[in-house]
Amino acid sequence: MSLTEERSAGALDVARIRADFPVLDRTVGDKPLVYLDSAATSQKPRQVIDAEADFYANHNANAHRGLYMLAEEATEMYEGARAKLARFIGAPDPATIVFTRGTTESTNLVAYAWARRELREGDEILLTDMEHHSNIVPWQLAARDTGAVLRYIPLTDDGLLDLSDLGALLTRKTKLVGVTGMSNSLGTLPPLKQLIDAAHVVGALVLVDGAQLVPHVPVDVTALDCDFLTISGHKMLGPTASGGLYGKLDVLERMDAFLSGGHMIDEVFHDRSTWNVVPYKFEAGTMNIAQEVALDAAVDYLDALGMESVRAHEEHITGYAIERLLDAGATVYGPRDVGVRGGAVSFWYKDVHPHDLATILNEEGIAIRAGHHCNQLVMRRYGVPATARASFYVYNTDEEVDVLVEALAKAEDVFGL
Amino acid sequence: MALDDIYKEVILDHYKNPRNKREMPEASLTCSRNNPLCGDEITVFVRAEDDKVHEVSFVGQGCSISQSSASMMTEAVAGKPVDEVQQLIADFRSMMAGDLDPSDDEFGDLVALKGVVKYPIRIKCAVLSWDVLQEALAGEGEAAGSSPH
Repeated sequence: MSLTEERSAGALDVARIRADFPVLDRTVGDKPLVYLDSAATSQKPRQVIDAEADFYANHNANAHRGLYMLAEEATEMYEGARAKLARFIGAPDPATIVFTRGTTESTNLVAYAWARRELREGDEILLTDMEHHSNIVPWQLAARDTGAVLRYIPLTDDGLLDLSDLGALLTRKTKLVGVTGMSNSLGTLPPLKQLIDAAHVVGALVLVDGAQLVPHVPVDVTALDCDFLTISGHKMLGPTASGGLYGKLDVLERMDAFLSGGHMIDEVFHDRSTWNVVPYKFEAGTMNIAQEVALDAAVDYLDALGMESVRAHEEHITGYAIERLLDAGATVYGPRDVGVRGGAVSFWYKDVHPHDLATILNEEGIAIRAGHHCNQLVMRRYGVPATARASFYVYNTDEEVDVLVEALAKAEDVFGL
Repeated sequence: MALDDIYKEVILDHYKNPRNKREMPEASLTCSRNNPLCGDEITVFVRAEDDKVHEVSFVGQGCSISQSSASMMTEAVAGKPVDEVQQLIADFRSMMAGDLDPSDDEFGDLVALKGVVKYPIRIKCAVLSWDVLQEALAGEGEAAGSSPH
């Protein structure tokens, strides 16, 4: 019986989960580690660490190359991870998953292999003001090379997309909409389905930045009908440099090659080459085989918890954190309603600069992020150079939120507020 | 408490009461920079003539380390010949790299920033204004009077 069947959504056994994460046993100085930076990278359960070690210890060979048993095992495990990831996000076919280093590489892949081929002068790319730099800069470069124009959906004061002018922003000129599935600084969950349907009405494709979405919220790309979804493995319990790009098969097939070299070819002649089939057309050279194999174990882990339960746990802890931070006198950026947001909570505590706050909290064993979070458009919108950010995952507890809030008093002591 | 190493009284004093934190319309050199890690930004204004730095001021936003370092810097370099200022910039960098252990006599208030060396990620905060000053002196900065980005 799976864990999902065993218990209803919202009832993660966090103590049991924590026991799977070796790093959560460590201390910072003499304080237990309180890890509140999963939006930057998640911690890894023993199952994932073991899967990567097991691959190297028992199955290591290059995938799709050798004709011997080890190579067959490696290939099978690598392709098994692809099929698993496809199923996890509701993709119809493993071939719709291209393995990449993560969301940044995935977005660049689309910006090079799709945008540079498809965009003409005057075409428009519609982004939002809450995009991560990795969903802005690749489009700026593509626009520079093609003469396309970037437009942006603005934000409301409470951290939502301001869709009041969508009709003017999303037009027949729009060829691509790039939107985050969940803001990494504000936590906002944009209305993806509404945006995707509206984009398709005008004939635009939609790329969803899934860096923060896929690890935290149940995702079904078939129901969403997005054209691309970028996936970061290391933010969903997997190793760094694991992850991928989902794309609709017909779109991927029409795309140009991206990185080129071994394995992505069909035939090579002196003056030209022909391409391998999707997804191999996009997988040049030796890939991060062990990492994608370990990502398979991460997907198993999340599957066993059940993504509905993961989401319910995070709604709870996010609501608790926002309430306690506000009570303590912090300014919280982004929506207050946990129904429209995830667990990345940006805040500013009184007059303490986020960098100072992060240093002081570290003395209490607390790991938060301080900075602009690769969200300079968001920082500018709300008139701050940086924020402190606490972000939560399956292993975080209400007690850790309490430790965070109590540690804020230390900052007051140091700065004599 | 380990935090005393970094948040010394003199640092907090410069943070809360920054010296020479103002624009300087008569500056002969200015330079702006931001710290891409944290979004902090700083503009340094320099009035220099005849190979002498007469006056330095700054504006910007930042953490206690970057702001106090900038404040102390404006006091430490005012009135010094440019070559001495260049030497002080080099010495300050050496201190922040852990290669130089200056005394209070040589370094004054700046010695307080030595504790930041134990917090490697914060060293950039301490050095930011000094980098900007050096760029301004090298003439790499924006022309005087132009607004920071």
